[in-house]
Amino acid sequence: MTETTDTTGAAPGARLQALRAAFPLTIPILAGFVFLGITCGIYTGSLGLPWWTPVLMSVVIFAGSAEFVVASQLAGAFDPLTTFAVVLIINARHLFYGLSMLERFRGLGRKRPYLIFGMCDETFSINYATEPPEGIDRGWFMTWVTALNQLYWVAGCTFGGLFGTLVATTVEGVSFAMTALFIVIFLDQWEKDRQHLSAVIGIAAAAVALCTMGADNFMIPAMALILIGIACTRRRIEPAYAESATEDGGEGCA
Amino acid sequence: MTTLQMLITIGAAGAATVLTRAAAFIAFPAGRETPAFVRYLGNALPGAVFGLLVVYCLKDVSILSESHGIPEAVGVLIAGGLYLKRHNMLLSIVASTVVYMLLVNLVF
Repeated sequence: MTETTDTTGAAPGARLQALRAAFPLTIPILAGFVFLGITCGIYTGSLGLPWWTPVLMSVVIFAGSAEFVVASQLAGAFDPLTTFAVVLIINARHLFYGLSMLERFRGLGRKRPYLIFGMCDETFSINYATEPPEGIDRGWFMTWVTALNQLYWVAGCTFGGLFGTLVATTVEGVSFAMTALFIVIFLDQWEKDRQHLSAVIGIAAAAVALCTMGADNFMIPAMALILIGIACTRRRIEPAYAESATEDGGEGCA
Repeated sequence: MTTLQMLITIGAAGAATVLTRAAAFIAFPAGRETPAFVRYLGNALPGAVFGLLVVYCLKDVSILSESHGIPEAVGVLIAGGLYLKRHNMLLSIVASTVVYMLLVNLVF
């Protein structure tokens, strides 16, 4: 990668200006991430995991919903391949964030690897939807958005990890927070989606796999069934999105 | 799990996450066109994956158990119903978890 268009050499003042421009946009994320991070820490505590697991996950994985699932696997038998496959499927949507950011991350030099690493849902939404104000360095602006969001998440997970263990081991039922989280995410996706057949396929495939394979071994068969199901129903599902492409004026070629 | 096994598991999850985030930059370096099937998966997969995760969360619930899965059912209805009404993620999570904890600790 050439660094000809890189702006890492920008004056220190430019970094500070970019931070000032980025921070207000991340305030809503601050509230959500700190709260969810604490929830994640309490959840890991309720599973009997050590305090540092949510902290390490927030630094190394930085993908909220996946971290809850990984936590539940840390409490079970050692099976890193299943964990790898499950996280790959949960985070498959990030592939499409990457596609949307191909152009924007170009020429950002040393910041680019971190921008790609830290591209969680919320960070992507801000970096994709907002242009930095006039005169603000775009690379630093996006880097600050990413770093601030991760900072909030790490802080919440650390706090939850340290104190969650105390709460979780004394009160039963905190772990329901994860179920609630995914119900909410599922409904949010349902309302946004242009078709619901894929959501129905997801639940049906998971239910079939769960009933035939049992609770400990159903994830990978379920994911295989989902891919097959979605591939087979392409003719029915795809038209819902084909219409949108022309309506939005061809987002793909922008 | 031993500490080393936990570190390996978290590392595997981190590697999978990085792979999903970096894949586009690796596969399409100079704005090469995305295959139609990949684009289709991008639209169709999220709904199915989140459905799978809901089932995953409820995988250990048994109708035959002492509480017959009633606390879980109530929790799911509260989380879902509140969200459809108010669209407030945090409110849904807190309210349903608190009710669930009350049911598990005080009723069943």
